[in-house]
Amino acid sequence: MIYREAGQYKVSYQADEAIFPIAQDRVVMLALLAVAFFVVPLVASEYVYRAVLIPTVILALAAIGLNVLMGYCGQVSLGSGAFMGVGAYAAYNLAIRLPFLNPFVCILLSGFFAAAVGIAFGIPSLRIKGFYLAVATLAAQFFGDWAFLRIKWLTNNTPSGSVNAPPLQIFGYDLSSPTANYLVALAFTCVLGLGVKNIVRGHVGRQWMAIRDMDIAAEIIGVRPMYAKLTAFAVSSFLIGVSGALWAFVYLGSWEPAAFDINRSFELMFMVIIGGLGSILGSVLGAIFIVLLPIFLNQALPPLGALFGWHISTATVSHSESMIFGALIVFFLVVEPHGLARLWSVAKEKLRLWPFPH
Amino acid sequence: MGIRKAALLGAAIVSAGVIAATAAEAQNEQFIPGLVYRTGAYAPNGVPFADGAADYIAMLNARDGGINGVKLTFEECETGYATDRGVECYERLKGKGPTGAAYFSPLSTGITFALTEKAPGDKVPLITMGYGRADSRDGAVFTWNFPLLGTYWTAASVAIQYIAKEMGGFDKLKGKKIALLYHDSPYGKEPIAALDVMSKKYGFEFLQIPVPAPGSEQKSQWLQIRQQKPDYVLLWGWGVMNSAAVTEAGNVNYPRDHMIGVWWSGAEPDVIPAGDKAAGYKALMLQHPAGKFGVHADVEKYVISQGKSLAKPDEFGQVLYNRGLVNSMLGTEAIRTAMAKFGNKPMTGEQVRWGIEHLDLTADRIKKLGFEGMIGPIKVSCADHEGARLSRVHQWDGKQWKVISDWFTADDAIIEPLVKDTAGKYAAEKKITARDCSKES
Repeated sequence: MIYREAGQYKVSYQADEAIFPIAQDRVVMLALLAVAFFVVPLVASEYVYRAVLIPTVILALAAIGLNVLMGYCGQVSLGSGAFMGVGAYAAYNLAIRLPFLNPFVCILLSGFFAAAVGIAFGIPSLRIKGFYLAVATLAAQFFGDWAFLRIKWLTNNTPSGSVNAPPLQIFGYDLSSPTANYLVALAFTCVLGLGVKNIVRGHVGRQWMAIRDMDIAAEIIGVRPMYAKLTAFAVSSFLIGVSGALWAFVYLGSWEPAAFDINRSFELMFMVIIGGLGSILGSVLGAIFIVLLPIFLNQALPPLGALFGWHISTATVSHSESMIFGALIVFFLVVEPHGLARLWSVAKEKLRLWPFPH
Repeated sequence: MGIRKAALLGAAIVSAGVIAATAAEAQNEQFIPGLVYRTGAYAPNGVPFADGAADYIAMLNARDGGINGVKLTFEECETGYATDRGVECYERLKGKGPTGAAYFSPLSTGITFALTEKAPGDKVPLITMGYGRADSRDGAVFTWNFPLLGTYWTAASVAIQYIAKEMGGFDKLKGKKIALLYHDSPYGKEPIAALDVMSKKYGFEFLQIPVPAPGSEQKSQWLQIRQQKPDYVLLWGWGVMNSAAVTEAGNVNYPRDHMIGVWWSGAEPDVIPAGDKAAGYKALMLQHPAGKFGVHADVEKYVISQGKSLAKPDEFGQVLYNRGLVNSMLGTEAIRTAMAKFGNKPMTGEQVRWGIEHLDLTADRIKKLGFEGMIGPIKVSCADHEGARLSRVHQWDGKQWKVISDWFTADDAIIEPLVKDTAGKYAAEKKITARDCSKES
């Protein structure tokens, strides 16, 4: 009854190929966007912005980027932290060295630097596959860590190696308030997410998926592996680079190379795997899961313990947070190895048939 | 904005109704947040500091009922030494209590850098006692940062002075080799600028040897030290890196008494894991030594013996536990200073900031507080957010830390120009106009 599709006729190819062919999905999606853009700014507190919404939105963009590479093109990457770092440091250097550029221009341009680095580190993917490629992209991670720590020029010779983002302004408006920060990050994620959604539905995306599913077969039917793999690396790194620049400029404000270390790469990989490989929705769900759950557990455990009369110390909270978080990841992967997005699509199929299953 | 304010007001009224029972009492409370790390790679050092900081506040509450009748509330948040979690904790705690957080002490250079960007907007001061940005002692630019008791440039200067004294004069430094074995993060890199300047001034060769975080693996670095044979090794580590460095020094037989750690590399968790290999190792002191002083009697009486402390018995009186006490003492004394001007009620972050900037602890006052023998007099001002540039050296004899030197004062002729230079660069980058300190009252 919720999904009553009776009467929805598709009379053109455009209607049949729409992102959301079902009217209810379109309405829900628009409503969600309206809530995110208009309702959230009315109700969210500064804490919710800074600790929850802004990191989730930015990491969702990074997860979408990694999903292009891992989920759509089937190339395992452990270098996403470094690509975020490339974006962040490129944006920083553009802002410092070309002071007339608006920070937003710097953020967008930084994506192209990340894409170039991504292509360079994607070249080995033409010869090596699977776990071996993961190891090769790990090299990108270590190279990034090394470069940001050692090449003094990249950090403008600051004595400590920690750098600061310039103030966010556009047309004379100051965008440093948490609401503005959130809207900036959300706008970037939505626009780029929509772009990616369209790319993966087009011929480029189909080439990626052909390569993912069986590269030899894809090559035989005329997909050029070099072109397909390198475009995947470029698009993926572009998105991850932009998210890195946002992470630095919008979320952190001041950062050191450790902000983009191997743990960040793993975190993004977990988001993609838990959210669902090959799904934009999955990337967003994965980001929400990975960012929110630890914070939620950390805050919920002490009052929960108090209900039973236990006083839980800070250390115990932190330890149980890790344990429960780990257990939940295992649980979700056992229940649904294809991720949260798959859970949703199963639920949706059920809803479409409900209340008259075959 | 009207709707948002109305919504907020509505929410405030509802929540006010819910907590009405406790509201009357809560109005007269001063909230102090604690960013701690009791888990992770740096926990051995984070735990005693967190216990000391919490115990001093608990002691003030039990003994004096807070400060001037205003009860202190305290809440910890676990950062695990990670910058993003630290920022989350800061956002969570900054608005607690009737007047918001009094001050933050993140005990992490990385988190300090991130909070330095946020503190001016939120009007919450940062007390980064003995860590953080060395240039943040310039209060004209860094209005909200207070690296009280010493910065890393102070530490670098005192370390070189001590080495010169051991060798018999600054002229003996010429042609010598001094290595800096450092944690490869903003923390470890802070002293490099000052050491560079001093190596040029005194003519010693300065070797930089980075250790990737967390620093438990140092074989190749110590191989390099064995090959290069530096006359002294300065150790700028934290957490497990310290004990690993001392152990490796023992393995390659580098003389331990030619190793000088910074004050974050000179506590019990840094040497005890190394066992006998640690004997002879020296470290700078953030003024205070290990051991028990006047204040410890009160903490023992009002907190420890009441079972209100998380500290283990052997932790009580250790270097980092004492540092936690000093940190909370400086913070609460700043609140007291602010109350003298603004009245005996909970202080806002802005008022506490004024209090820290006008903190003036004379030897007499320090004695009354029970900290005699731990720290020297400290006087903070707009131009000098550090307050004191003193340090001593202590040595681990295999069982305990023994103070082996007199007080050294950092050479401001070296540090001052560096501070001006980097603080000016920061101000230009962030488009900050420096305050005119001659006009501040």
